[in-house]
Amino acid sequence: MAPLKVSGLRKSYGGREVVAGVDFELARGECYGLLGPNGAGKTTILRLCLGLTAPDAGTIRLVGEPVPARARQARMKVGVVPQFDNLDPDFTVAENLLVFGRYFGIADAQTRRRIPELLDFAGLSGKEQSRLATLSGGMKRRLTLARALVNDPDLLLLDEPTTGLDPQARHLIWERLKQLLANGKTILLTSHFMDEAERLCHRLAIVDAGRIVAEGAPRDLIAREIEPQVVEVYGEDAPGWAATEGARHARRLELSGETAFCYVGEDQVQALLAHLATRSGLRTLHRPANLEDVFLKLTGRELRD
Amino acid sequence: MATNFSPPVVSLRALAVFRRNLLVWRKLAIPSVLGNLADPMIYLFGFGYGLGSLLPKIGGVSYITFLAAGTVCASTMNAASFEALYSAFSRMHVQKTWEAILNAPVSLDDVLAGEWLWAAAKATLSGLAILLVVSAFGFVTSKLALLAIPVIFLTGLAFAALGLIVTALAPSYDFFMYYFTLFVTPMMLLCGVFFPAKQLPAALQWVAGALPLAHAVQLVRPLLLGEVPQHVLLHLVALLATAGIAFWLALVLARRRLLG
Repeated sequence: MAPLKVSGLRKSYGGREVVAGVDFELARGECYGLLGPNGAGKTTILRLCLGLTAPDAGTIRLVGEPVPARARQARMKVGVVPQFDNLDPDFTVAENLLVFGRYFGIADAQTRRRIPELLDFAGLSGKEQSRLATLSGGMKRRLTLARALVNDPDLLLLDEPTTGLDPQARHLIWERLKQLLANGKTILLTSHFMDEAERLCHRLAIVDAGRIVAEGAPRDLIAREIEPQVVEVYGEDAPGWAATEGARHARRLELSGETAFCYVGEDQVQALLAHLATRSGLRTLHRPANLEDVFLKLTGRELRD
Repeated sequence: MATNFSPPVVSLRALAVFRRNLLVWRKLAIPSVLGNLADPMIYLFGFGYGLGSLLPKIGGVSYITFLAAGTVCASTMNAASFEALYSAFSRMHVQKTWEAILNAPVSLDDVLAGEWLWAAAKATLSGLAILLVVSAFGFVTSKLALLAIPVIFLTGLAFAALGLIVTALAPSYDFFMYYFTLFVTPMMLLCGVFFPAKQLPAALQWVAGALPLAHAVQLVRPLLLGEVPQHVLLHLVALLATAGIAFWLALVLARRRLLG
């Protein structure tokens, strides 16, 4: 049984289709990512999967239960880390976990027994009695993760779990998520950080305008969707160079501000670099293509606000 | 197919929501009770003794005794309204506490029912505290006053549910000012809290008599004076219907707002 299976999912708000026919299925123990720009419909997909809003069309099975019909029963085996912290500011660290356990019908004694283990996992040992206001952003995020584990869920839904965190805090969260995967949990996460997705996700879907525009393992997506090498050309002369001769040297060329992104095959790299070396007004950066290149190719470079 | 208009389906998880609020309250219980008590007490003794010394007896009792019953009801209404408006709104909109709870196996119906019961319970405590004080001062002596306790709770349920309607509609805290100035304050003045509603012009009496606070006062005042109220069933049904219909409407509006 798949921890989550979604087919033909659609949802409109005020005539605008926010989720426009989405299908995906998670395998047990995998980390599956939904990547997309702001407003792509990622959060709405999560809300639909949790049964917090009814789809206009399509079916959802969450941990084997039909959603929204039996969403409440399904949520017994699911943990959620929301995009914005909604920990209880009136409670201590330990009370946050204790009270959240009650929402699952877990006896206080049982949650109390698990609190040390949960806080240890979250790197918050010894903080039981700390007030929420004394925690840093990273600590709050980790406490939110610990709270999502209070019911020992099979599946975790994480909505942009590391947005707003510093690199140290992000690495710690990634570390913990890998540990959860190693323990057999299944994870669905949304993100717009490509490094996060590349690092954590076994498979991912790139979502834009409510549709999945590409799906696969990060490496496969890069191999399938985009030229293997990228030469970034920047400097004052870059726009002029891109407009006149750039296209001759690359399979595909995109200009963003003062930087020209040349997408090239393995066979073209050396010739392009040699050509650029003769231009004193241009500086270059050569690197292999990554997930961000795929993302930008598929979802475009214009801002999404 | 469940719609926003479906009747409430409440499970025992609502109690977890109630207990969440209780745990927060316990941390601040003493200042909270004193704060809730101070304001109505100042009015009761200020008006009761100050104004009361200038007034004849009302229905055979001193003005302060008359005012005591009104203060119990008004205080219950105020406590229920504040909790269902400001406190519930912070949990729903500012702290996103409801959002967190809804990610657990708790339905919005449970959340709203928990909030409703909690606001009614807190209001009951507020009304009871005043009842205790006026009893201690000897203004209330009859055992019938014990029957006022369920009426106070029912009053709390009615005003908590009305408040939750406003909360489900509110864009911000400022919105609550309308509810207080257009609904709560007029009720304080029209429903027999400070003076008998009979003093009002006939047309206004008719309006006042239909307001929920009037039903509460009509039940509580005789009970505190040791008399059996008239039209008990009518007043109880009116309060029950207000509570039930208002809660359902609050739920419809909350579903529309949060589960869209």
